[in-house]
Amino acid sequence: MRHLKSTRTALCALGALLAGSVLSSAQAAGTLTIATVNNGDMIVMRQLSTEFEKAHPDIHLNWVTLEENVLRQRVTTDIAMKTGQFDVVTIGNYEVPIWAKQGWLTEIKPDDAYDMNDILPSVRESLTADGKLYALPFYAESVITYYRKDLFQKAGLTMPEQPTYDQIRQFADKITDKPNQVYGICLRGKPGWGENMAYISSLANTFGAQWFDMSWKPTLTSDAWKATLNWYVSALKADGPPGATSNGFNENLALFASGHCGIWIDSTVAGGLLFDPKQSQVADKVGFAPAPKGPYGKGPTWLWSWSLAVPVSSHQSADAQTFITWATSKDYVKLVAARKGWVAAPPGTRASTYAAPEYLKAAPFASFVLNAIKTADPNGPTAQPRPYTGAQFVAIPEFQSIGTQVGQTVAATLSDQMTVDQALTSAQASVTRALRQSGRAR
Amino acid sequence: MALKTKTSTRIGVTILGWGIALWLFFPIFWMILTSFKSEVQAISTPPKLFFMPTLSSYAEVFERANYWHFALNTVIVSVGATAIAIALAVPAAYSMAFMPSKRTRGTLLWMLSTRMLPPVGVLVPIYILARNTHLLDTCTGLAIVDMLTNLPIIVWMLYTFFREVPAPILEAGRMDGATRWQEMTLVLLPLALPGIASTALLSLILCWNEAFWSLNLTSSHAAPLTAFIASFSSPEGLFFGKLSAASTLAVAPILVFGWISQKQLVRGLTFGAVK
Repeated sequence: MRHLKSTRTALCALGALLAGSVLSSAQAAGTLTIATVNNGDMIVMRQLSTEFEKAHPDIHLNWVTLEENVLRQRVTTDIAMKTGQFDVVTIGNYEVPIWAKQGWLTEIKPDDAYDMNDILPSVRESLTADGKLYALPFYAESVITYYRKDLFQKAGLTMPEQPTYDQIRQFADKITDKPNQVYGICLRGKPGWGENMAYISSLANTFGAQWFDMSWKPTLTSDAWKATLNWYVSALKADGPPGATSNGFNENLALFASGHCGIWIDSTVAGGLLFDPKQSQVADKVGFAPAPKGPYGKGPTWLWSWSLAVPVSSHQSADAQTFITWATSKDYVKLVAARKGWVAAPPGTRASTYAAPEYLKAAPFASFVLNAIKTADPNGPTAQPRPYTGAQFVAIPEFQSIGTQVGQTVAATLSDQMTVDQALTSAQASVTRALRQSGRAR
Repeated sequence: MALKTKTSTRIGVTILGWGIALWLFFPIFWMILTSFKSEVQAISTPPKLFFMPTLSSYAEVFERANYWHFALNTVIVSVGATAIAIALAVPAAYSMAFMPSKRTRGTLLWMLSTRMLPPVGVLVPIYILARNTHLLDTCTGLAIVDMLTNLPIIVWMLYTFFREVPAPILEAGRMDGATRWQEMTLVLLPLALPGIASTALLSLILCWNEAFWSLNLTSSHAAPLTAFIASFSSPEGLFFGKLSAASTLAVAPILVFGWISQKQLVRGLTFGAVK
């Protein structure tokens, strides 16, 4: 009988505990739930957000930090099902126009004090759909070439002001020293639309290749695509690190920062990390150059921005807009500079940041980044007319799936499971099928 | 000669046992080691075995996130899901073990078959159900889903343990006038306690480590330690030291708990209910 009593008591206690958890989860009025990723700039924003709460005592901030892919999945589910769990979401310029067209995002109308004209035009345009602004940029990035000045000097090489991919390949051949684990070139090889395909799509543009023609027929078996993949595969096989198919942005960052890469072509955001002696063993040996050009030389150029948007499912849209306006304002940049130093200021969004002499002094890579972002044109012309926008991605909802699928096929060429021709033929077939299924192509 | 062979076999088995144990433990050892490295040391090639340890990763983890909030949620969800699952599974296993029908076998297999479906296959309906019942981002919602996920295994395990209890013992109880409830609680449960305890421990460990539903059904209020770990993975930046520190903090309680209760766990899993 005593057993029964204690069992009943335990069950009651458990019930009360679980019921309590339901009650406590009810969102309090004035609480904004912000979904974000674990990037350095986001962490700083979270730390400094106490200043926002002090200035707005009626608004409390509740942070949800998620892994990038989980964030996309969670936020997409939340918005599509109108759950309203998130009031502010961190999304990229790939999602903004697509989600805006779906009617998932609230239009943002900052006041004059926000100084919208201070936002770099390429970044501002990438967050606009049908003439309306749907997100405010927190930081932005383009593509840049990082190289080891000491290795170049040792090999008697000089990085030109505007390198070409042929030159990059020659340099990589010369500085590769595999016995000492120094690899001439590091590039993204991990399959994924935002990993290897971000770089390869960008590479394809400058080689004169493109994803689709005007009738949405994939053009992946074109000579330009073959040239693109042949360059990529042969460079990584000859001068790349072993197991390149496992290397995404972070892995290459780790390889370069620990002195194992001679050249690395990737996002401008790595500049701040490679220049930080706490995170990089080669901080005093890093050189910068613009992204190399291929045979076509033109084409859309890489632009990515992490931005803050307010989903229409938010029940506190006005407060959410107040917060995102604060977090992307000039005053916020100044606050970061005062608390964390100018080198920590969010890059790539505001002209005023690059006009500050303190920032230019603290971040020697700043002018390269500014130039890369200013000249970035994700809507630029490809060799043939195209029906889509985007540089390192195709701004259609299907791209997440087809990009990852083609990324896996490309990775198979690096691991010798397929030849370049086989991979492109297979990719052409799978992308054609996917677009037919989605109804975009006949 | 025979003694020599026996000794060498014993040594061989011991070495093999230790080898397998160390091989299995190595990832956890490396995770703990990395958690005491700086970010630069964590990515150094070749990897460093000897280094000056630092607590900087732990300091950052505690600064960035409220560990105790996540840990408390994990405890509530794991204990809650396990308690409900045991409460439901005991009568189910009891009826199937001692009052089997011609459909018992099929029912057991059907229950197990629900484990064969990838969880993502039912993500959308469960998400909609949770939303409509206001159980999104609540410990209750997550505990219910965890409980339902583990219920088939728990019923199976308890069914196996109960089958080892001789039916005449229960009959003797009935002869003495025990009701079904008394027969189950006063006769069966004490006999099968080691089995129930090891089943509960296994359920607790499975709930503690569950990540898919945690990441999809919770965001902040009810987020458990698996969500805490995931929040330290970064798309842009070095994070291996901090991720290792967060993972070590997340697995430490259940590791210690498992270590303390391993005797009970092994006894329950290997010997059955009645000796």
